[in-house]
Amino acid sequence: MTGRRRESLRDFLGRLALPAVPLLWLLAFFGLPFLVVVKISLSDPATALPPYTPVLDWDAGLAGWADVFAALDFENYRTLIADPLYLAAGLTSLGVALAATGLLILVGYPIAYAMARAPKAWQPLLVALMVIPFWTSFLIRVYAWIAILKADGLLNQALLALGLVVKPVEILNTPAAVMIGVVYAYLPFMVLPLYAVLERLDRGLIEAARDLGASRLGAFRTVTVPLSLPGLLAGALLCFIPITGEFIIPDLLGGTDTLMLGRVLWTEFFSNRDWPLASAVAVVLLVIVAGPVVLFREAESRRLERP
Amino acid sequence: MTTPAPSPATGHLRFEAVTKRFGAHLAVDRVDLDLAPGQVFCLLGPSGCGKSTLLRLTAGFEEPSAGKILLDGQDLAGAAPHRRPVNMMFQSYALFPHRDVARNVAYGLEREGLRKAEVAARVAEMLRLVQLDHLSARRPDQLSGGQRQRVALARALAKRPRVLLLDEPLGALDRALREETQAELRALQRRLGTTFVVVTHDPAEAMVLADRIGVMAAGRLVQVGSAAELYERPATRYVASLLGDVNLIEGRLGGGGAGALRGLETPLGLVQAFDHHGAGPAGAPGLLALRPERLTLAGQGLPGTLLDATYLGDRIVYRVGMADGRVLRAAGAPGAGLGVGTPVHLSFSSDDASLLPADSA
Repeated sequence: MTGRRRESLRDFLGRLALPAVPLLWLLAFFGLPFLVVVKISLSDPATALPPYTPVLDWDAGLAGWADVFAALDFENYRTLIADPLYLAAGLTSLGVALAATGLLILVGYPIAYAMARAPKAWQPLLVALMVIPFWTSFLIRVYAWIAILKADGLLNQALLALGLVVKPVEILNTPAAVMIGVVYAYLPFMVLPLYAVLERLDRGLIEAARDLGASRLGAFRTVTVPLSLPGLLAGALLCFIPITGEFIIPDLLGGTDTLMLGRVLWTEFFSNRDWPLASAVAVVLLVIVAGPVVLFREAESRRLERP
Repeated sequence: MTTPAPSPATGHLRFEAVTKRFGAHLAVDRVDLDLAPGQVFCLLGPSGCGKSTLLRLTAGFEEPSAGKILLDGQDLAGAAPHRRPVNMMFQSYALFPHRDVARNVAYGLEREGLRKAEVAARVAEMLRLVQLDHLSARRPDQLSGGQRQRVALARALAKRPRVLLLDEPLGALDRALREETQAELRALQRRLGTTFVVVTHDPAEAMVLADRIGVMAAGRLVQVGSAAELYERPATRYVASLLGDVNLIEGRLGGGGAGALRGLETPLGLVQAFDHHGAGPAGAPGLLALRPERLTLAGQGLPGTLLDATYLGDRIVYRVGMADGRVLRAAGAPGAGLGVGTPVHLSFSSDDASLLPADSA
């Protein structure tokens, strides 16, 4: 009897342990730091170390906590709403992320489709080619685009040599350059999840659709696209979320015109040393990108709990 | 009811020297075939014999390397799958996982641009036909294997094809369900009158379903006929052994030709048997094919020794050791048991024995 009971207790703990690992990980490396960020976003900037008040006095006990809570307010968020600069940066971030995600779908879907339809023997090589750019530092790859896009860069030299333009096209330091860089950098994140679903797609379903009277395009529209939606959504999220907060690409390729939330955050934090405002931007950014994730989860659970 | 009358000059579905090569591999080799409307035709053969390829050529997923496929006199060459008045029921069923049962059946009708009410009416009719009207809102992954099979059938029939192609339609069902479904399928076909072309590797299934059977081996159509014809008068050793147990005795052919009794000089002596299809010239090696149930234990005939007797309920199978050491099987009605080791004689009627060419596949 006792043996059995001990056995089931161990099973119970075992059941708990498995989901506990990722939960604890999230709590330790996302939950707690994020709480700290939220707290700082509610604080006031100060010329001190750390550069904000109030700072929790650990020796004061409960009274110390009460003092901290009393001093917190939403002033930084009010600043964010009141100053059109931040709203503009937020809208630019969203606009760039949406446009880039749309472009990535247009560019990535044909690539993923071609990969999935390629001879089976080639496919590991094609996937490897898609991943190989990761072996070079992200920063260096973005720098390389400066060399390509600048006024006397590779692209302009090629265009001039081909006689397509008479004077160099100004691409670097424009929103177009940001778009090129973002699409380039995030392409694998769109292609790989799409490839994963398209590669598993039963070719028999396409043949069945054709047999039942669908043209090639009709079969693609009514069978391939709906069945690749999970991969399309996953890819879109993997691109949309980090692009919204992207800092390096707009900073290096976008010049001073392209004001995105990632750069605003950087400026507040490192140039203005306004940690509370930077934290508020970070919290707003998280809320913005959490929206699509929640929608995605909704869609997923609706798909799983079929009627 | 849905099959238009074919012009008498051409067959309903006709294959003329149809050949399909995949690289160096000859998948279908000069197949000639003429199918009557409203019948069930079974393509029977082992996997890789080209029967599925022949089906895919008809559906339009592949184009023949040579030869023609004619439907009611019209050459199908170059017609895309969605423009052919034939439909296919896939071996894997290929049900759309993102559509429920009703919308799976509706798929082909929607492609035709039928009005919504008409689609709904036809879907309901089809689901009633396969007795699935109560499951129309289910997704394919919520159905049993037998239910999925019926959805696939309803979906393929919904467009009222002139010919329905069925690729191993019962292959994924377990044994008991398969036998029940065979009868249902046959009854459904009789009601609709649609021409069925069924691909199967199971001889018993072909015999249950088909009006006519075409046996394929290595890309060639070896013999076409009713189940009885193939069983009683096989053209080759392969056909003879495919459709049930058979005793084969090799020998040298005597004079004569197709359509008559001929002699065969065997190690067991000279025997007379019927040459249905032309086994070869006199003096050529030949084979005697004898079904066990056509061999009887008798007072005279080929002498041998009873090795054992196996009681199988409806019959007893005797194994008889012959003078040259070979073992023949004879089947008879259960009765008084003979002791093992008893000397016996095997006799048969010449009309029940077939002569085959020895080198045939």
